[in-house]
Amino acid sequence: MFRETEILKTGSQILPIKQNLEGAGDFVINVGPQHPATHGVLHLVITLNGETIKKVEPHLGYIHRSIEKMCERLNFRQFIYVTSRMDYLSAHINNHACAMCVEKGMQLEVPDRAQVIRVIMDELTRIASHELWWGAMAMDIGAFTPFFHAFREREKINEIMEETCGARLTMNYYVPGGLMADLHPNFQKKVKEFITLFKLKIDEYDELVTGNIIFINRMKGVGILSKEDAVSYGCSGPAARGSSVSNDIRKLYPYAVYDKVQFDEILETGCDSLARYMVRIREMKQSIHIIEQLIDNIPEGEFQAKTKAVLKLPKGEFYSRVETARGELGVYIVSEGATTPYRIKFRSPGFSNLSALDKMARGSKLGDLVAMMGTLDLVIPDIDR
Amino acid sequence: MFIVNYIKEVFGAIKSLLIGMRRTGYYFTHHKEIITEQYPDNRNTLVMADRFKGEVVLTHDEQNEHACTGCTACELACPNATIKIVTKFDITPEGKKKKAIDKFVYHLELCTMCNLCIVACPTDAIKMAQTFEHSVYDRNELIKILNKPDSKIRAGIE
Repeated sequence: MFRETEILKTGSQILPIKQNLEGAGDFVINVGPQHPATHGVLHLVITLNGETIKKVEPHLGYIHRSIEKMCERLNFRQFIYVTSRMDYLSAHINNHACAMCVEKGMQLEVPDRAQVIRVIMDELTRIASHELWWGAMAMDIGAFTPFFHAFREREKINEIMEETCGARLTMNYYVPGGLMADLHPNFQKKVKEFITLFKLKIDEYDELVTGNIIFINRMKGVGILSKEDAVSYGCSGPAARGSSVSNDIRKLYPYAVYDKVQFDEILETGCDSLARYMVRIREMKQSIHIIEQLIDNIPEGEFQAKTKAVLKLPKGEFYSRVETARGELGVYIVSEGATTPYRIKFRSPGFSNLSALDKMARGSKLGDLVAMMGTLDLVIPDIDR
Repeated sequence: MFIVNYIKEVFGAIKSLLIGMRRTGYYFTHHKEIITEQYPDNRNTLVMADRFKGEVVLTHDEQNEHACTGCTACELACPNATIKIVTKFDITPEGKKKKAIDKFVYHLELCTMCNLCIVACPTDAIKMAQTFEHSVYDRNELIKILNKPDSKIRAGIE
């Protein structure tokens, strides 16, 4: 590759650019690791030909905390809290996957009340996550106001979480066998208030951003990911559903009480950034629909199954998966019969979705890269773990 | 036909912008809702949620008695080695030895507020406090000894 350093080496004598040299005329730039549009420490090395992207190479490892290795030291009660730090925007859903995997191994029956509350919490988390994404997405594209609109509603969810779980982001509310504490007395009232408020506000989102001609022109036909590519790169969640790949774990492999509630799997056929955007907007409405069905029907009873003080999983391998706000999260535990997992592996949605970025970006302009990255909804600690 | 479609497109585009502008204009003129907490100014009136996890405290009653037996369940439950309990042996009036806590050392700088110690405690001796202003100049100040000086275990708690 023809680099600046080579010019410096030759001193005052400037070599003519050799056209036949591989990579000659290319321009390599770094986006990140400290770049506002990457929402974290994502480092993209982009090879450009003029303004056209030839190659995108994500460099990872800036926020690697070896969570999988850490979990091997912690026992089956303790390791759940660490997973809140992976995909911190859907902390509840991550905890749900881990708690479910341990319950599967121990063959614990989770009380109905806990199952229903878990689903409500998951869907609230999904709305909060999509709202943050919506604000950040619009901000990436250049609209500043939507960010405040999104955070205004997200604050309401955070207040609900703070009241019941005691924290706003990394709640650690799920334990193997149920929940850590019962619902706060105000929970149902507050959630109902939020539902009525959110139904009014989501139309504002459409007015502000979805219908906007500048926004549509920036998003339409950008970042094409065909159905075949979405499958072969292992994309999941809204990123794949925008390419009409049916992969909603809540529908295909129902867990908790998802088989008892009515909701639609959102599929869009656009395959572009706008399709992925529309999936998330419509998914928020579905989440509200799920919460509406459950909030008045929380069964009475125990919120936690009786468990021993020390949890031990039998020897074997256990896998569970959930649909987080970004896609499929899989938790794979290998147990040797001890109190700590022998090996633990997380299949995080962000990693696979990011791998499709190179395919999407090739041949398009550098300015569109942000529009593609935004719709993948990347959370870097989830990719790096 | 082309020209009709073109004009339609242009007017549609302008309409979409005006719809967005109307919403922005509405909020510009109807700024009654204040969502932002004016934090340092509202310190006196700020109410935290009663389950908010701020820091671990050992509850003492008026007689300076607590309920901690020194069983180290919280120490074992903690994922980050935040809690260290140093025990001693008290001599009871009957002349028997009885285990009691000497120091309940709590490392706030390592704590992630996961609530596992509170759940593990068999005697409900510890609880989460709603304080959140933990900034200090030296990290050693964050290592706290939770049992007050000369405090005793409450009678009747085993």
